[in-house]
Amino acid sequence: MMVKQISIFVENRAGQLLKVTDVLAAHQINMRALSLADTRDFGILRLIVDDADKAATALTEAGFVYSITPVLAVIIPDEPGSFSHILHVLADGGINIEYTYAFLSQSSDHACMIFRVENAEKATEVLQANGVELAMQQELYRQ
Amino acid sequence: MDRCYQPEIETMPVEEIKKLQSERLVKQVAHVFANVPYYRHLMEEKGLTPADIHGVEDLHKLPFTCKQDLRDTYPYGLFAVPMDDVVRLHASSGTTGKQIVVGYTQHDLDIWDEIAARQLVAVGGSKHDMVHVSYGYGLFTGGFGLHGGAQRLGATAIPVSSGNTKRQITILRDFGSTILCCTPSYAAFIGETLHDMGLGPEDISLKAGIFGAEAWTEEMRRDIEAKLGIKAYDVYGLTEIMGPCVSYECSAQTGMHVNEDHFIVEVIDPDTGKVLPEGERGELVFTCITKEAFPLLRYRTRDIGIISRKPCPCGRTFIKMSKPMGRTDDMLIIRGVNVFPSQIEGVLMERGYSSNYQIVVNRVNNTDTLDVYVEILPDQFSDTVRGVSAAEHELEEALKSLLGIVAIVHLVAPKSIERSTGKAVRVIDKRKLHD
Ligand SMILES: [Zn+2]
Repeated sequence: MMVKQISIFVENRAGQLLKVTDVLAAHQINMRALSLADTRDFGILRLIVDDADKAATALTEAGFVYSITPVLAVIIPDEPGSFSHILHVLADGGINIEYTYAFLSQSSDHACMIFRVENAEKATEVLQANGVELAMQQELYRQ
Repeated sequence: MDRCYQPEIETMPVEEIKKLQSERLVKQVAHVFANVPYYRHLMEEKGLTPADIHGVEDLHKLPFTCKQDLRDTYPYGLFAVPMDDVVRLHASSGTTGKQIVVGYTQHDLDIWDEIAARQLVAVGGSKHDMVHVSYGYGLFTGGFGLHGGAQRLGATAIPVSSGNTKRQITILRDFGSTILCCTPSYAAFIGETLHDMGLGPEDISLKAGIFGAEAWTEEMRRDIEAKLGIKAYDVYGLTEIMGPCVSYECSAQTGMHVNEDHFIVEVIDPDTGKVLPEGERGELVFTCITKEAFPLLRYRTRDIGIISRKPCPCGRTFIKMSKPMGRTDDMLIIRGVNVFPSQIEGVLMERGYSSNYQIVVNRVNNTDTLDVYVEILPDQFSDTVRGVSAAEHELEEALKSLLGIVAIVHLVAPKSIERSTGKAVRVIDKRKLHD
């Protein structure tokens, strides 16, 4: 139930982000979710793409330092309190969230959030036991 | 205890060494004063005559000799014997400037052979050994030094010289070489080539290696030892003083014993010229006390090191010097502290960081700042800001405990550090722009 996220080390300088997106575009790789964590010196660009392996090869060739991290793509029904519910489920299950960000879903009846947690396997169990729906990599691109 | 080539000298009590050095220094100063007008002039400028030098305690009174003095007197201005008595010349080009030339009498060559034989015995060598010399033979002193030592010892010298690595391996295997002498980087390359040929340590008879003439790390030593299945030893020397084997490593592998019956070593502050006590880091300075043809007094090597007379488990009593830790030319003075880029590089290498780094020194509000930029490698990258910051912080702590001053570490993207001719520019001192 895990989704492959690509985290890329980028320097906090003009044009650094563009270099990454240019490489992906040149290899016809689609981005579906993106989050940037940054400090004064550097940033970590986190991406969910349609073909993580192809992206990895392209990034290696272009000389980027990156890592592939398993993350959870959690489906969040489009109704009040649903995000809060998921946070409760994780907290009750003793799962620490490293970070979370939104996924650009093309569906109107639900949203999708990416969660990076300390123990992804356990988090999957906890979420499924509480009836929370998870999306798989290929599902994210079904449309 | 190690076996020694000349135990009566190599394990001489320290007091006797000092006495011997004093006698020889007095004689040498008289020889130099009488036969080298350049030195006589330098001494007279300081109001000195040989009568002022009574022993090692007066050494500090003598003028230093610098590389520039050698250039100014090129080619034969510092020779102390008539050319008829010179039986060999060697030269060193240096990376910048004019070459220098040195000469040897037969007696000088005999001493060189003797100290090279000491090195060979210190690594376990004997007359049964096959000494494979892959240093270059020619004007460079590398090849001839250990070659002569091997013959003196009664071992078999194999003058392979450098280059053609496959042929080196053929000779290693067919001739049964047991001791390899070359630069450490070439030893590592021979090891790799051996591996690429599908061979390993079991296919050769090597047991020890004597590697010098360039800087190398402990990591490199372990790597060479594993690849070739040998013990790897360090050796130090320079053409100006003799050539390889001015100092030699023993079984302890923790520094090199200086052949104190022939050379006096001092460590000085490169800025002030003041002699530093044992254990302090500074510029290594050598005085030749037995050399006839080219006897330098207080020669400033520009190599940075530490000397120590702590007893060595090998039994030798000669003072030990550390592996050179850098060059005075590279020294930075940051907030009053001497910092060598090689120290910073050492911290990075120990922790598996890239050799592509850059040290930036600046002056902000009248205070020196030290920033170290290091290109991140995939192994050091975790996908959280916290992880990357923790890696930076760990390096900062290590640098602070080593240098005694604060350095700010920045992990940066691969290939982002400016390069000149393929190599990263190591040091940028922006303070000079403000002067
Ligand atoms: Zn020793």
